[in-house]
Amino acid sequence: MSDETPINDAELQAYVDGRLGEERSQVVQAWLATRPEDAERVAMYRRLGEELRRAYDPVLDEPLPEWLVVRGGPRRRWLRFARVAGWVALGIAIGAVAGWEARDVRPGVSARGDTGETMARRAAVAHAVYSPEVRHPVEVGADQEAHLVAWLSKRLGTQVRVPKLDAVGYSLVGGRLLPGENGPVAHFMYQSNQGSRITLYVRTNAATNRETAFRYAREGNVSVFYWVDGKVGYALSSADISKETLLSVAELTYQQLNP
Amino acid sequence: MNEGERLVELIPRLRRYARALVGDRASADDLVQDTLERAWAKLHLYRRGTDLRAWLFTVMHNVHVNKVRATRATETLEDEMPELAQRAAQGDALMVRDLDRAIARLPDEQRSVLLLVTLEDMSYDEVARTLGIPIGTVMSRLSRARDKLRAMMLGQASAKLKVVK
Repeated sequence: MSDETPINDAELQAYVDGRLGEERSQVVQAWLATRPEDAERVAMYRRLGEELRRAYDPVLDEPLPEWLVVRGGPRRRWLRFARVAGWVALGIAIGAVAGWEARDVRPGVSARGDTGETMARRAAVAHAVYSPEVRHPVEVGADQEAHLVAWLSKRLGTQVRVPKLDAVGYSLVGGRLLPGENGPVAHFMYQSNQGSRITLYVRTNAATNRETAFRYAREGNVSVFYWVDGKVGYALSSADISKETLLSVAELTYQQLNP
Repeated sequence: MNEGERLVELIPRLRRYARALVGDRASADDLVQDTLERAWAKLHLYRRGTDLRAWLFTVMHNVHVNKVRATRATETLEDEMPELAQRAAQGDALMVRDLDRAIARLPDEQRSVLLLVTLEDMSYDEVARTLGIPIGTVMSRLSRARDKLRAMMLGQASAKLKVVK
């Protein structure tokens, strides 16, 4: 009876995976016994499965990086960001950079999405260009903050918020409009009492709507922490302060932007 | 054990799948990280009593698809890699070394199916639900993935073979 039913490809796959009922398995077995080429094919399929498991099962035993195990629900999202950022600050970013480079030489590997590398680079350049300015560091000064915010919000097509960083010793100098990769960019400058400057680069990208953790990049002597929140990308740059200090400023910035 | 704890328990499996899916460790962990962020944020949408693993892998699938979509333009040019076929033809010793390269050359949707079946040992039905495709599609993708892999590993992959996305 069932011996007469031709063996279809789905059954053959199920046979390879050991998921075919006993009766049909025997039918397939008998069928393969008379077809050495198909038998070879099935054997190869099975071997490929074994090789795959042998190649990737060891990943199960790799110690988990702490940042992957961080707990918390949506309400504790901030904590997660902070701890992920802490991990980044510890320098694992090097791995990400290596991964990015490796990606280019590895064929067919699907890569990371728009996580803002280009934005980070542009932000670092903008920081390097404008932060040394003594006479014209900004287009619109902090004394006209309301106008600054309204103007940049209009140009970016989204409500721009200016974080208050006084708690970490930085006060707003002002801001300017910059050309970005895909349109206008808002650029805010902050300064400490000691004269060190931090800039915040804000761009919108309506094409993508996602969230990323803090990521760290370094261009020349400029350190950048950047992240994407919804349609808005942020990059915080400094050339004067340590990565850890910049991270704490980035944390405050994030908090201020997501009250 | 609550969902959160079970979710954490599944992280190693997410990593294994991600590693095979995207290749290098940094990109894979990046994918896992983005997946977990999304999963934590959406955990309230998970229906208790349903398969958390399938749910989590669905989240990862969606994150991955979005990433691929965002970068598709950058990965359409690699096509001819005759040396893979030549090296594979030299013998079995090269199998493991070439396996991950061959996996990488599978079309994304075939790779996902093969990996969920082979590494996760998901039933065909679970794979269908996880990826949101009919079970018939699961079977045909599985079959094509195995055929392609076999062809590549046997060195029968012609130089014309392209990664069709």
